[in-house]
This record gives sequence, structure tokens and C-alpha cells, in this order.
Amino acid sequence: MLKLIVRRLAVLPLVLLTVATITFALTEISPFDPVAAYVGAENNVSPQRQAQIAHAWGFDQPIYERFGRWISNLAQGDMGNSVVAGGQPVAGEIASRASASLALVGGALALVLVGGIVFGVLAAAFRGTVFDWLVRTLCYFNTAAPSFWIGLLALYVFSIELGWLPAGGSSDPRTVDDGGVDLDHLVLPMVILALTQYAWFTLYVRNTLLEVLREDHVRFARAQGIGEVAVLLRYALPNALIPFVTLVGTHLAELIGGTILIESIFGWPGLGLLSLKAALNEDIPMIVAITLCASVLVVLGNLLADVLYRVVDPRVREASP
Amino acid sequence: MSASSGTLSASLRARGRLWQRLTDAVGRWPASVRVAAGVLVALVAAALLASIVAPLDNTAVDLDRVLEGPSAAHLMGTDEVGRDLLTRVLHGARISLTIAAAAALAAVAAGTLVGVLAGTLGGRIDAVLMRVTDVFASQNHFLFGVLLLVLFRPALGGAGAVMLAVGLTHWPSLARIVRGELMSLRERPFVAAAVGGGANRRRLVRRHYLPHLLPAVGLAFVLTVPHAIFHESAYSFLGLGLPAHQASLGNILADGQRSLLAGGWWIALFPGLAMLAAAMTTGTIAEYWREHLHPRWRSELEL
Repeated sequence: MLKLIVRRLAVLPLVLLTVATITFALTEISPFDPVAAYVGAENNVSPQRQAQIAHAWGFDQPIYERFGRWISNLAQGDMGNSVVAGGQPVAGEIASRASASLALVGGALALVLVGGIVFGVLAAAFRGTVFDWLVRTLCYFNTAAPSFWIGLLALYVFSIELGWLPAGGSSDPRTVDDGGVDLDHLVLPMVILALTQYAWFTLYVRNTLLEVLREDHVRFARAQGIGEVAVLLRYALPNALIPFVTLVGTHLAELIGGTILIESIFGWPGLGLLSLKAALNEDIPMIVAITLCASVLVVLGNLLADVLYRVVDPRVREASP
Repeated sequence: MSASSGTLSASLRARGRLWQRLTDAVGRWPASVRVAAGVLVALVAAALLASIVAPLDNTAVDLDRVLEGPSAAHLMGTDEVGRDLLTRVLHGARISLTIAAAAALAAVAAGTLVGVLAGTLGGRIDAVLMRVTDVFASQNHFLFGVLLLVLFRPALGGAGAVMLAVGLTHWPSLARIVRGELMSLRERPFVAAAVGGGANRRRLVRRHYLPHLLPAVGLAFVLTVPHAIFHESAYSFLGLGLPAHQASLGNILADGQRSLLAGGWWIALFPGLAMLAAAMTTGTIAEYWREHLHPRWRSELEL
């Protein structure tokens, strides 16, 4: 186990290096000119001054030197300065936004897990009934409907028509801003973000549960006279959830990617809104930094999934020392 | 004279057989697939014939009819400058569908190329290609797409950048599928027979591998199109995709967001319904197709 963790953590810098190389190559291939973006389209900045700016930023140096410097800066945690943060370091801005995103993603993840297990188990328990059909149909709808469209409709219904929930931001602007998060502001974005991953997880729980229910150990439990509820929850569900552990990493990444759309609709001041602002302002260091952070999260998430897989399933543990 | 009438009746017979085969195939479909196919064909036809089906000018501004709800004259209502929404949605569906199809084609072509190269060349090249595929696959494709859009939009324009962003982020799963298919294909006796008959690698790929891969690749294409529609609309909605004057579905939804506070719910509702219909119908058809082709495929191409 320890060996696995060490080995996978050792690969992490390599993965990051590859991602960094790919992004660096993309910025080199693209005709995007940071100096032109900095001085703006309609400017009266002289070519000499532009050359000075390019020199100050080191754009006149050979490619390998720039790449080497960038990588060594990255290794020291210096991801450059951001345009949208007013020239402040990228890392600090990301750190200050992380807690809002964490609240959103964490809450959504909890909703997905609880909702998915509850409705998945119920659908499996009442398979073939109207309830099962309803859950499955809603899930198919949910998979096909674009999340931001659902978000817009929910915004209209619950905030504008009914006035139940606030339409945007993280807290009431009339109160003193203590940096905290208002729960009623969190509800809508959290639920809509959860809906992006809820459908597949519910269907997944239902379908694997139905598969596990056909296995011998479940039949044996039933033969012992154990009640159907206990069979479902204690004998079938844990086994049905084991393969799900391996999927956590990738779907966590999807959840994080979904925050861009959701945060922009609801004005939630997290990393998603920051990436959008950076993209609209052509703030390359910020977007690259967020992309790299997302890669780290995916690698760590997959590592966590592998470790958990070994913890919960002895067969995997024995198969691979 | 008689010869030409002979070929005519022969071609009519051939066409009759084709029609017969088509109706037979449709007859075997379950009802849900038939409904989905009907809706999809209607949707695509309406989008392609947008200028005929919806004769109103999609850019005609009518300031006397601003933000009117659905009515007999304007089935989907009007937008904030009085343009007919139905006309705009149909034109938007055409733009979104065209870009999505091109983007999906790019992704499928890239995935097939990488998969075939890895599967046929093998060895060290295979290992390197698949590790690169892993790195691309572990990226969050929406976020990575945003980076690509920012970098390449000035050079390629909105539509080109969206195609690139979707194409470069959606190929890894297909590359894995194609490589996996090739691995099992390589062990089949007819390949050994072809190799024994002196076929070189290029001939193997052209005559034996690609024809076998075609159904799987076609299915992947169909499954990728709704994804691409979603990405195009989402990027345009955020202001990162098509320029605002091109009425793609995402841009209309962005208009809808602005009109919500004025109570204009229909501008947000209808473009999304068109996307929902496109995604649900292709999903239903592709699911049926997949079950025929490859009952064990689910995990790789989960929608």
C-alpha cells in the first residue's frame, strides 16, 4: 500500500511536467501575442515600447530558456502574475477563491452521493414499477439537458418568479461582508451543480445493485431469512459501491469543470468565475495555473480512488501487492 | 431503346430493394427508437431548411414587438429587440449542428488516427502514444477547452476555435477504443491469412482494419455530436465561442439570461429544448446501436 502511494506520488511531477509541456507548446504554437493583448487593440504604444515590454517579460529570449525558467518557477510555486487580479501573483488569487469553490463542490458532491444512493436503492428495490420508471426517465432527461439551461430555468422560477432564493453572489450585499458563505445563496448553485453528476450516479447505483442482487451471497442471505431491507442495504449496497470508488477521480474533475458554467450563472465568486474572467480577459497565466491545479486534483483523486479500492476490496489487495 | 429501359427497370428494382431493406430495418426498431429517429430527422431537416421553414427574417428588428411571449404570430415569442425567436432558434440549430458535426468529426478522426497508429505500430510508439492519451484524458475537458479557445480564437475565429477545442479534448476515449479493437482484431485468423498472403501494414490498415472499425467509429461520432453541441453552446453562452452576432443556440441562451430579469423566460426555454431534443434522440438511437454492436461498451462511452 505504502509502496503504491509512494510510486504514484513519484509519478505526479512527471504528469505535471507533461501537462506543463503540452500547455507551453500550445502557447508557443498559438499566434496569441501577450504584449499585444497587454497594450490593447487600439493603442498608441510605439513599437520600441512594445519591444521593451517584451524584453521586460523575457519574450525575446530563446524558447528553451523561457521554458526552463517557467518550469523552475512552477516548481517553486510561482505561477506568474495575473492580469485579472491586477498584477498580483496567480497562486494567491487562486488560494483566496478556493474556499468558495470548495464549499460549492463539496456540498454538490455530498448531494450527489446521498441523492444518488437514496434514489438508486429505491429504484432498484421497486424495479419495474412506476417509481423506477420515473427515476430512470428523469435521469435520462437530466443527462441530456444542458446544465446551464437547467440553471437558467431554476434561476427564473425560484429567484425571479417565486422569490424564494437569492439570484446571485455568495452573500447579501446589504449585510456586513465577513467573508462567510450564506447558505441560502449556496442552495441553487449547489443543487444545479449536483444535478450535472446526479443522473449517471443514480443509474449506476441502480444498475450495479440489480447485478449484485443476482449474486450467490445475496441469495444465501435471503435463504437465511434476512429481511429484504437488510439484504439491500447491508449485503448488496456495499458491494455495489466498490467499483464506484474507481470513478471518483474523473467525476470529481467533471464536477470542478462544471463550476465554470454554474458559477457564471449564479455569480458565485469561486474558481470557476475566476477562470471565466481570466478567459474573457485573455489572462493566460491564470488559466494555465487553474488547468495545472485541476490536473493535480485529478491525479490525487485517482490515487485516493486506488487506495480506497484496496481498502474496501480485499480481492484487489491480494491480487496486486 | 430496350437496353436503356432494361437498365431503368433494373435501377428501379434496385431502388425498390433498398427501400424495402430500409423499411424492414425501421420495422425491427423498438417504438422509442422510431420516435427518436423521427424527431431527429424533423429537427435536422428544420435546421437545414431554416430559411425555407421559417420565412421571417432572423435579423429583422421590430421594436414594436419587444419581448412578447409565445403567441400565434410568434410561436416562441420575440426577443429583446423584437426578432422572432422560432426563426432564430432554427437558424441557431443549423449553426450549432454544423459546428458540432465538424467538431465531432475532428475528434473522431484524431482518435482513430492515434488508436490505429498505437494499435498497428505497437511497442515503444504504442506506449508513448497511450501515455500521452492518458495525460489528455486526465484533463478536465471543459477547462482545457477554455484554454484552447483563448489561445486560438484570435487566429481561427469563433467557429474554428470551438472545433479545435472540442476536437482536441474528445479524442482520447476513442483512441483507447480503437486501439483495443485493433488488439483483438490482430489475433483474428483472416489477418494472419492476409499477412501470409503478403499484405503490408498499409494494406492491412486499409483493407482489413478500417472496414472493421467503421461501425464503432460511426457510433462514436453519433455519440460525440450531442457532446459537441453542448460544448459549443456552453462556450458561446459564456462569451468564449462564436461572436455574439452569430445566433447559435448558446448565444440565444445568453440573450435569454439577460432577458430573465425582464420576465422573458421563453428566450431561455426554447433554445434549450432544441438542445435537449437533439441530445435525447441521438442518445436513444446510439444506445440501441451500441447494444447491437457491442454490449460491453458502456464504460468507455458513457454519455
